[in-house]
Amino acid sequence: MTAYFQIDGVPIPFESGQTIMDAALAAGQYIPHLCHNPEFRPHGSCRVCTVRADGRFVAACTFPASEGAKVECASDELRELRNGLLQMLFVEGNHVCPGCEKSGACQLQAVAYYCEMLAPELPHFFPRRHVDASHPDLAIDYGRCILCELCVRASREVDGKSIFAIGGRGIKAHLLVDSPSGKLGDTDMSVHDKAAHVCPVGAILIKHRGYDRPIGQRLYDQRPVSVVGDVIQAEETRDD
Amino acid sequence: MTRPRIATASLAGCFGCHMSFLDIDERLFELVRHVDFDRTPLTDIKAIGPCDVGLIEGGCANAENVEVLRAFRQQCKALVALGACAINGGIPAMRNQFSLQEILAESYLDGMGLDQGQIPNDPEIPLLLDKVYPIHEVVQVDHFLPGCPPSGDAIWTFLQELLSGQAIRLPYTQIHYD
Ligand code: SF4
Repeated sequence: MTAYFQIDGVPIPFESGQTIMDAALAAGQYIPHLCHNPEFRPHGSCRVCTVRADGRFVAACTFPASEGAKVECASDELRELRNGLLQMLFVEGNHVCPGCEKSGACQLQAVAYYCEMLAPELPHFFPRRHVDASHPDLAIDYGRCILCELCVRASREVDGKSIFAIGGRGIKAHLLVDSPSGKLGDTDMSVHDKAAHVCPVGAILIKHRGYDRPIGQRLYDQRPVSVVGDVIQAEETRDD
Repeated sequence: MTRPRIATASLAGCFGCHMSFLDIDERLFELVRHVDFDRTPLTDIKAIGPCDVGLIEGGCANAENVEVLRAFRQQCKALVALGACAINGGIPAMRNQFSLQEILAESYLDGMGLDQGQIPNDPEIPLLLDKVYPIHEVVQVDHFLPGCPPSGDAIWTFLQELLSGQAIRLPYTQIHYD
C-alpha cells in the first residue's frame, strides 16, 4: 500500500526515505526552492523551501516525508516568511537585474516573481565584490552568488574536480575557487563541466552568449518557475 | 468627491519610468478625466503641493534628490517607488562598489584623456552622497512597482488598483525587475 502525506490538503504519495521535496517534485507539486536540485545531495541552506510539517518549520528538501503528515506550503504565513527570505537574498548581494545577462532566466528572480515579491524592502548591503573574468569561456560575478553550493556539489559529485568551496562564516561566507591565484582561469574547469551550468543566478556565466534571447522569449518571461522548472533543466535542454 | 492629485519626479533615474508612464498611451486621456497632476515633468510645475499619490523614479544620489524626495514625502499621502532605481538604486548604484573619492578621481582627475582635470565644485551643483540609496532607505515608502522600467501596462494596472483602493496585485507578466 502506498503511503501518503498532505501538502495544503493535497494527498502526495511517497516512498520511504524520500524527503517532502522529493515526493512533491515526483507528484508535480511545486515547492519554491533555490539550492535544491534532485541530482545532488540536499543542502538545506537557502531555506526558501521552508514549509510547516505538523506545525514545525522545516526545510522541505531535507525533511523526510512521513505517513499522514500535514504539510502547509502556501499559507499566508509561509508566503510572507518566504518573501522575507528572498528579500534578504536580494539585499545581501548586488542583484542589479537590469545589468545582468542572466535576467529573465534567473531562478532567484523567478522564485521571487512566483512569490509576488515586488521589492526588497530592507536596507541594501551593496557589498564590494569583484568579477573574475580570467577564464576564456566563463566569468564569475561574486556579487551575485547566493551561496547555494550547487556549483560546489556539481564540481565535486559529477565533475570530480572540486573546484569550488564556500569559505568563511555567517555574513562573511563566500565562494572560493581552488587554484593558487584563486582565479577560475587557473583551474581545469571546462565550459562542458556540470558546474558551469547549475548556477541558479548570474554568478557563474558562460561567456559569448549574453543577451542572445530577446526580452519576452527568455526562460521565465511568460510562465512561472512552477511551470517552467529550474534553471538547470532549461540549461540541459538548450539547443546550442 | 475631490479628484486625486498625482505628482511625479525623477531623481537618479534615466527618465525611462516617465517614458513608460507615457506608454499608457490613450489611457492617459482616461486618467486625466479622473485625476489632476501636481508637480511633474508633464505639467512643469516646480513646487509640490498636497497630493494623494507621489510617483518617484530613481534613487538618491545627491543632496537635491534627498530634498525633492523629502518634499514629496511631506506632501503625498501615498509614496510610490517606481522602477528599479527607486527600489534598489539600480544601475546608478553600481557606483557603490567604489568610494566617492575613487569615482571623482577617475572621472575628473586621472581618467583617460583628461588634461589638468579638476573636481567640479560650483555651489550650484548638488553635492553627491557617499552612495546611491534606494528611496525607502531615506523616507518611508508605501508602495513598490518594479521594472526597468515598469511597463505601461504595469503602471496602468497599478494606478487603477491604487486609485480604486484595491490591494496591489499584478499579473505574472507585469512583475519584472528588469
Ligand atoms: S556561484 Fe552560483 S551555483 Fe555557485 S554557490 Fe554561488 S549561486 Fe550557487
